Amino acid sequence: MKKRLFSCLLMALLTMAALGGCAGGTEESSGDKSSTESLAGSNGTQAGAPTQESTASGEPVYGGSAVVGIQQDIDSLDPHKATAAGTKEVLFNIFEGLVKPDENGNLINAVASDYTISEDGLVYTFTLRDNVKFHNGNAVTAEDVKYSLERVSGLLDGTPLISTMSTIQAVDILDENTVQVTVGSANAELLYSFTAAIIPAGSGEEEAVDPIGTGPFSFVSYTPQEGIVVAKNADYWQEGLPYLDEVTFKIVTSADTALLELQSGSIDIYPYLTDSQSQTLGDTHQVIASPSNVVQALFLNNTVAPLDDVKVRQAILYAIDKDSVNDFVGGGSGTVISSAMLPTLKDFYVDLNDVYGNTADVEKAKKLLTEAGYPDGFDLEIAIPSNYEFHMQTGEVIVEQLKAVGINATINAVEWNTWLTDIYNGRQYAATISGITCDQTPGYLLNRFQTESSKNFINFRNEEYDKTYLEAQGVQDMAGRSDYYAELQQILVDEASTAFLQVPANITAISKRLSGYKFYPVYVQDMSTVYVVE
Amino acid sequence: MKYLGKKFITLIITLFVVSVAAFLAFQIIPGDVVTSILGTEATPEREAKLRAELGLDQPPVKRYVNWMTDVLQGDLGVSYRYSKNMNEMMPVSELIGDKLPVTLWLAALSLVLIVVVSIPLGVLWARSRNHFLDAVLGVVTQTSMAIPSFFLGILVTYLFGIVLKWFIPGGYVSYRENFGAFLGYLVFPAISIAIPKIAMTARFLRNSMLTEMRSDYVRTAYSKGCSDRRVMYGHVLRNALMPVVTFLGMIIAEIVAGSIVVEQVFGLPGVGRLLISSISTRDFPVVEILILYITFVVIFVYFLVDVLYRVIDPRISNR
Repeated sequence: MKKRLFSCLLMALLTMAALGGCAGGTEESSGDKSSTESLAGSNGTQAGAPTQESTASGEPVYGGSAVVGIQQDIDSLDPHKATAAGTKEVLFNIFEGLVKPDENGNLINAVASDYTISEDGLVYTFTLRDNVKFHNGNAVTAEDVKYSLERVSGLLDGTPLISTMSTIQAVDILDENTVQVTVGSANAELLYSFTAAIIPAGSGEEEAVDPIGTGPFSFVSYTPQEGIVVAKNADYWQEGLPYLDEVTFKIVTSADTALLELQSGSIDIYPYLTDSQSQTLGDTHQVIASPSNVVQALFLNNTVAPLDDVKVRQAILYAIDKDSVNDFVGGGSGTVISSAMLPTLKDFYVDLNDVYGNTADVEKAKKLLTEAGYPDGFDLEIAIPSNYEFHMQTGEVIVEQLKAVGINATINAVEWNTWLTDIYNGRQYAATISGITCDQTPGYLLNRFQTESSKNFINFRNEEYDKTYLEAQGVQDMAGRSDYYAELQQILVDEASTAFLQVPANITAISKRLSGYKFYPVYVQDMSTVYVVE
Repeated sequence: MKYLGKKFITLIITLFVVSVAAFLAFQIIPGDVVTSILGTEATPEREAKLRAELGLDQPPVKRYVNWMTDVLQGDLGVSYRYSKNMNEMMPVSELIGDKLPVTLWLAALSLVLIVVVSIPLGVLWARSRNHFLDAVLGVVTQTSMAIPSFFLGILVTYLFGIVLKWFIPGGYVSYRENFGAFLGYLVFPAISIAIPKIAMTARFLRNSMLTEMRSDYVRTAYSKGCSDRRVMYGHVLRNALMPVVTFLGMIIAEIVAGSIVVEQVFGLPGVGRLLISSISTRDFPVVEILILYITFVVIFVYFLVDVLYRVIDPRISNR
């Protein structure tokens, strides 16, 4: 382990040297203005939101094509069945829901032009936009909307494809432009689920149809292990969009080949560069870091000895130096957090970094361990999914930090499927490093810590928490919920439920021949606004 | 005829044993395709439905028998993981058929390189005994044999891709789009595969020729007045090539089945990469067929070598 930390240090040193030889290099030296700006912006302070759009240069031009590098193969071409974030970010260009997320994290109308929600929160009435056409040329009808919603909610065949939608009781067509949805229980966050794709009636069950949606691009072809090609939807309802004639989402096998392909021009956009890689790209590319929507944490199993003792968990939180984790694995580009919420969800996030501090407090940790009856520390196995290099590196750093307080931590690298089966679903572990990806709703990040939640893989048990969460669900306006959500975050931190670490940055490289790329707080690659610069 | 029948029965038995072993391995490793597909968003209802759709709710023995029955009827099944369009999954035959040309062309190109380079090299080496070239070739081949092909792949990528910019690393062009560019891209992975094998084959040929040169018939040939050239190419090489043919057969089997690592390094979407990703996503129908394919290739090539051997050297069939 020592050796690995040493190589970590060496790499960090080399990176710094490359930056100009001083620790503050990230902020001062890199010549590219746009990259400095955003890297510095997310460096510790989280002062302002990063630039939402890559700096526009040149007039938008129609035509041309672009290649976007993606990390994973498509898991399904059916938008309702796709679960991988890596698939959804691509399908975003082909399919749209009644509403869709925008770059500010708000919902905007898409297939619907307007909607109303009844006072009791049980009836949603959507008015369909005129002139929205599917890629096959047919106009979107109320029938199509009804079919799509019934399909995802399980009304069609009993199996909800999107679990939050299972609350839908009935979908009624009021007239040819109006659809009314009745839900079983009020939930102010349900509206986000209406981003579910609208597809032609029957198309989910018919045989052999290509994916058909209403998005800015239409499906052309998919080749396993190679990628997916989409073409401009000339009938798109948003005037003037999209600009590009064709976009290829190309599967890139590793981050190293991605860098080479960016340099050689065989891909134009790659959103998952590592910090050190971003330094090696020349001024042919714009490099922008923006906060991802992943909460990375050292998850602790609250029912496994000795972690079932709150003092032991607190000792671990005191022992961890989050700032140096961020520096080592992300070059300081991440955002250090202590609560379960994404800082980009500004209305709900509470900064609790002061409770245990962002740097290590070895004395306090040792004192707590002694009080808990472990003056000489204990053995702790940290299971980490080995396909995530980022989590693995985080583990290396944390193991050393825990050693400083006497906890003899070891890393157990597990394969992703084993992680899902044994750790996430089976809960057979003591500690694990992983990330939770949040699709938008603040409730998503908090509901998993309810005692009975099937996603509560840390076995967190707290009556006060369960009660407060339920009360929050009763509040129908989102603003009213923020107090409850703040309390929930406070409970998680007070109980030292888990060691939340950071929100890593997405470092995106964009070829300078393109412009108009928009950053979203959710995991999507919106190509509709991207254009070729003359 | 009896010989052929015997070989055929061995082939069938081996394929059967291998398919059972692969099936058992899938029962033992943790996680299944359902957890892999649904990930952290799995709900019990969706899991149950997907399991039923894929037939995974049936007992293992029944599943194996069903699968076997379908395969024997020529239906290789559909992938659990790869979609063909919105409602259908990709048939395994189509999926592999699409990837196979990449691997086969890579193997063919590598083999051509190996044969074209190693045989002249071996002859040259054998003839340069006690010469300074002998020592140089000794060191060079020894070194290239010791380098694993994946590391060689990285070196080739660095030298030709980044320093010399002769090709774009990862910039694979599909054979459907542009066949010339496709072959051009394959040259570099082929070099990575070929170099260690060239070293092995050349060394093998050299040793074989040196042994033959000490034979009585060589002395006889010289004494009856044959030129050096005639002795070398007419007698020594012909006899020395015999064991090399066997050796090349083994190499063919190895590269057709085992370009897995090199495909990974160069980002080639061939069957090797398909096998690796299918194992990690627990895509059983694809993995099973790929393993059977690899087994078949290895056995079949060995069989061909055996037959070829009898054609080249009639003495063997008499024994």
